[in-house]
Amino acid sequence: MSLRIVVCVKYVPDATGDRHFAEDLTVDRDDVDGLLSELDEYAVEQALQIKEAADDAEITVLTVGPEDANDAIRKALSMGADKGVHVEDEDLHGTDAVGTSLVLAKAIEKTGYDLVVCGMASTDGTMGVLPAMLAERLGVPQVTQLSEVSVEGGPNGTVKGRRDGDTATEQLEASLPAVVSVTDQSGEARYPSFKGIMAAKKKPVEELELDDLDIDADEVGLEGAWTKVEDATERPARTAGTIVKDEGEGAKQLAEFLAGQKFI
Amino acid sequence: MAEVLVYVDHVDGSVRKPTLELLTLARRIGDPVAVSLGNGAADTAATLAEHGAVKVLTADAAEFADYLVAPKVDALQAAVESVSAAGSLAAVLLPSSAEGKEIGARLAIRIGSGIITDAVDLEAGDEGPVATQSVFAASYTTKSRITKGTPVITVKPNSAPVEPAAAAGAVEELAVTVADSSKGTKVVSRTPRESTGRPDLTEAAIVVSGGRGVNGAENFPVIEALADSLGAAVGASRAAVDAGWYPHTNQVGQTGKSVSPQLYIAAGISGAIQHRAGMQTSKTIVAINKDEEAPIFELVDYGVVGDLFNVVPALTDEVKTRKG
Repeated sequence: MSLRIVVCVKYVPDATGDRHFAEDLTVDRDDVDGLLSELDEYAVEQALQIKEAADDAEITVLTVGPEDANDAIRKALSMGADKGVHVEDEDLHGTDAVGTSLVLAKAIEKTGYDLVVCGMASTDGTMGVLPAMLAERLGVPQVTQLSEVSVEGGPNGTVKGRRDGDTATEQLEASLPAVVSVTDQSGEARYPSFKGIMAAKKKPVEELELDDLDIDADEVGLEGAWTKVEDATERPARTAGTIVKDEGEGAKQLAEFLAGQKFI
Repeated sequence: MAEVLVYVDHVDGSVRKPTLELLTLARRIGDPVAVSLGNGAADTAATLAEHGAVKVLTADAAEFADYLVAPKVDALQAAVESVSAAGSLAAVLLPSSAEGKEIGARLAIRIGSGIITDAVDLEAGDEGPVATQSVFAASYTTKSRITKGTPVITVKPNSAPVEPAAAAGAVEELAVTVADSSKGTKVVSRTPRESTGRPDLTEAAIVVSGGRGVNGAENFPVIEALADSLGAAVGASRAAVDAGWYPHTNQVGQTGKSVSPQLYIAAGISGAIQHRAGMQTSKTIVAINKDEEAPIFELVDYGVVGDLFNVVPALTDEVKTRKG
């Protein structure tokens, strides 16, 4: 039996661009370039490494998002994933984390899986809650925030990993099926090769709508969201501070400033 | 008055500072009821009472340490059900640590609630608590609330002052049955992080960070010396961490820790968006950099254009002298 790996990825506005809110207080995706979330590249990379170490494995890249989100799937396919699933539906606009986890969980179940691999968070919402929500919804072990991960024994095997927490480092272990998330410390993601980019164009991407997943429109979207952004204000630019050139007195001047602010 | 559940982050009974900040915020919304789990849970009660907990629900079972996250969700769910049955529950607050967010996420799904993470402020509102968040690398401030279920909100460290507010802090044992399905992820071993003796990065009032300009692991003691003179935590930019000069646990930025101290000192850090995302909400920002064009100078309250190897050691001496 083949090890079925599903990697969840997100198409996000470029973090180095000028990101804004749209009028309905959702993320404005029109005025800034989008791309595969950098933190999800690590998930794709670890899925590829797990596949390379396994006898037989297949990687499906799953995303929920607008038409352009197909770019994120193509990027992952060009890195080496085998096929894609894109859930796209106009009723999804404005869906929050709870709703997104519902859509992802249904799509993962429909696709079939032994191992779900996620990044540690998205670079736009930065919540970092999706992997835990997926484990909860799917009713399988949560093996998250890993800086090292490995799978032994195929589809009925075990996943092991190292979680570097704030106060301790933990070695974790769970039986498959399971949901894992990996951090940016898990290993640099590979660049797509020219051959990979060409091959990706021929790889299948399945398009799904909410109906295909038996999800009602009122369970998702802006109206169905479990949270509501009531107000978004651009942070005022910081007022220009004092800048001095160090000509031997820089440290003294800085110490004077810090003392004035009662830091010393 | 409605009650607010506060999830207690503690290490063997010693309560971590973000939990005390949560109690300050919880008191704005209702009566704080603390939930303290695992080894040393009962030892947290006195500190929690001093900071406003009217009740402390405790549970200690081996499962909390032996399995990842899920048993704690079972316990928090039991607390939600017990408080809801007895009265009204206004919100569940957790610290915005990796684990706090994961517990909150699973709880939200289980009890059918929305979740807000990384709040930097919280106030009572007519339709439930209103959370302030800082988003898009801190270029926007949003106000949000939860529209379904009992609000589950995680709050970043340094979002509120720690305020003494004596309350009863009555200890009650919380009855928890850890489901078999919550024992899926075994914690095979746990190695506590070695203490540096410095304050925790996300909790510190002052942070001193070094970047590419530090130019090597062997030079980081220059940064550490300034940090120690100020009683500060040490941070590092992604460039410094990727180069292997300083541990990833100290990385400040989008893919590292997000800090909001009273004072942030950036030495040899240019101030790329990736770094700014993690420190832009600091109250006072100071930078030392050779390059006067460095974007970090757009953020500073005070900047010194100069060689950090001259300025930082001299500043360390100045601080020591002034502190006597």
